[in-house]
Amino acid sequence: MATTTGDPRARVWWGVAGLVVVLYALIPVLWILSLSFKTTDTITDGNFIPRSWTLDNYAQIFSLDIFTSALRNSIGISIIATVLAVVIGTMAAYAIARLDFPGKKILVGVSLLIAMFPQVSLVSPLFDIERAVGLFDTWPGLILPYITFALPLAIYTLSAFFREIPWELEKAAKMDGATPLQAFRSVIVPLAAPGVFTTAILVFIFCWNDFLFAISLTSTQRSQTATVAIANFTGASQFAEPTGSIAAAAVLLTIPIIIFVLLFQRRIVAGLTSGAVKG
Amino acid sequence: MSIQSDAPVAATKQESRRPAGPTKAQLSEGKRAERNLGLLLCAPAAIIIVLVTAYPIGYAIWLSLQRYDLRFPAEQTFVGLSNYATVLASSYWWQAFGVTMLITVISVVIEFVLGLALALLMHRTLVARGLVRTVILIPYGIVTVVAAFSWQFAWTPDKGYLAALLPDSSAPLTEYGSALAIIIGAEVWKTTPFMALLLLAGLALVPDDLLKAAQVDGAGPWQRLTQIILPMMKPAILVALLFRTLDAFRVFDNIYILTQGSNGTGSVSMLGYDNLFKAFNLGIGSAISVLIFICVALLAILFIKLFGASAPGSEPSGRR
Repeated sequence: MATTTGDPRARVWWGVAGLVVVLYALIPVLWILSLSFKTTDTITDGNFIPRSWTLDNYAQIFSLDIFTSALRNSIGISIIATVLAVVIGTMAAYAIARLDFPGKKILVGVSLLIAMFPQVSLVSPLFDIERAVGLFDTWPGLILPYITFALPLAIYTLSAFFREIPWELEKAAKMDGATPLQAFRSVIVPLAAPGVFTTAILVFIFCWNDFLFAISLTSTQRSQTATVAIANFTGASQFAEPTGSIAAAAVLLTIPIIIFVLLFQRRIVAGLTSGAVKG
Repeated sequence: MSIQSDAPVAATKQESRRPAGPTKAQLSEGKRAERNLGLLLCAPAAIIIVLVTAYPIGYAIWLSLQRYDLRFPAEQTFVGLSNYATVLASSYWWQAFGVTMLITVISVVIEFVLGLALALLMHRTLVARGLVRTVILIPYGIVTVVAAFSWQFAWTPDKGYLAALLPDSSAPLTEYGSALAIIIGAEVWKTTPFMALLLLAGLALVPDDLLKAAQVDGAGPWQRLTQIILPMMKPAILVALLFRTLDAFRVFDNIYILTQGSNGTGSVSMLGYDNLFKAFNLGIGSAISVLIFICVALLAILFIKLFGASAPGSEPSGRR
């Protein structure tokens, strides 16, 4: 820690440490990438780098209904849940950050509770309730729990962002005759857009990642998401070795996340840590 | 899930310090409008939270007092606490509970140490800081199921590059000890970056001047870490540990993919899931759900008691 910027030996050590971190983060990803490019006869050779390369695994999963429908479900469900959670979360976060009303503390406390809530505790009752009301194995049947568990994340991240907004502008708009709702819509929303966008990325990652609800509350291709499809995947035929296909599907599931991370690194870090220790 | 501590509470506090409006009549009218808008804006969030969590958990408590086997729905009757007695008397529950606690404690300890090292690295490094901060988000963002498959394939005999390093005929995923170690490894890999980012945010609050002054006074790196940096990071450490502990206690995805809970590696979440989808017993399954809920609540209370005033939800001291 007692290093000066110019010390070349310190730079070497920091470089080595950085390299270790990069390898740590990338090796499991590169391994699954490597598997996805291996041919059927080399997939069991245990080599980290493929000896012969092929795109067959990708061609195969795209020819399978199970996977294409799962991908469609994952994208649709995650996007709808993200939009709804962010809209609902933005409204609540604005109220919590700016307005004085009864029950505010309760909502904040409940959000914190939801964040710690063991999702598995809801699996049995939700399974029974959703079967009774016809939501089992439907998109809304998954979207509802996703919104709920994304809400604390959305509310906390957004209200942390909202604290940073110059609120005098809102006051100015109100003086010019705008109602609180107008002030919210035309002044605050544009200012809050970056925070909302960051929240949307975090919520999307959360929905995209979910496995427990997806495997418990779906049963057919109608609403099964990609995480479930991969976990249940047993190969194109009874005799096919599914490893290559699973790896290819896994890579496809990972690509959107890697794109988000590369494009929005700063925002994601800011979102994850906002409010955590600013107090 | 990753949630941070006391932002809205702090906002609440600020709120009450806001200067009052110009005249009393305007104030009360404005106040009423503000109140209504506040309630209106929060209503959707409150309704959906109640519908999807409060009602089901209440329903789970009610179900847990019933004999309710999905194969024999006609035989549903009230049986009092006997489902709880069955669960608490069964070795499966205690086995799963022990495994869950083991995974939780070991992985959170390792994550804290690695995460702190990673946070110090990201805070201090002179080389490729942006690159390190970016790649570290990959484990955080990657789908747990995908990462679990990567680990599973790596340790599968014949297939995996890591299994290839082991002596022949060893299958680490089928033995209790090594399988647990791999599950913990997969958990640690995935969540250490999140821990590191939370700790990094706390680290940024430690003033450099103070560390320099301590250094001038002869404090070594270890002393500076334990005497200055860690105490000043206490709120960030609490948040990181609390959320990771409760998150680790819910471990499911990794175990489902890596071992399917075989050889005694199932967590309480696996047990709850299996009871519903393999034994079709909603009564017992719900009793397990409620017990897990109680465990998590106790863990949260324990944390808040241990850390006292710096817990999330209490007022941040030394603000502004």
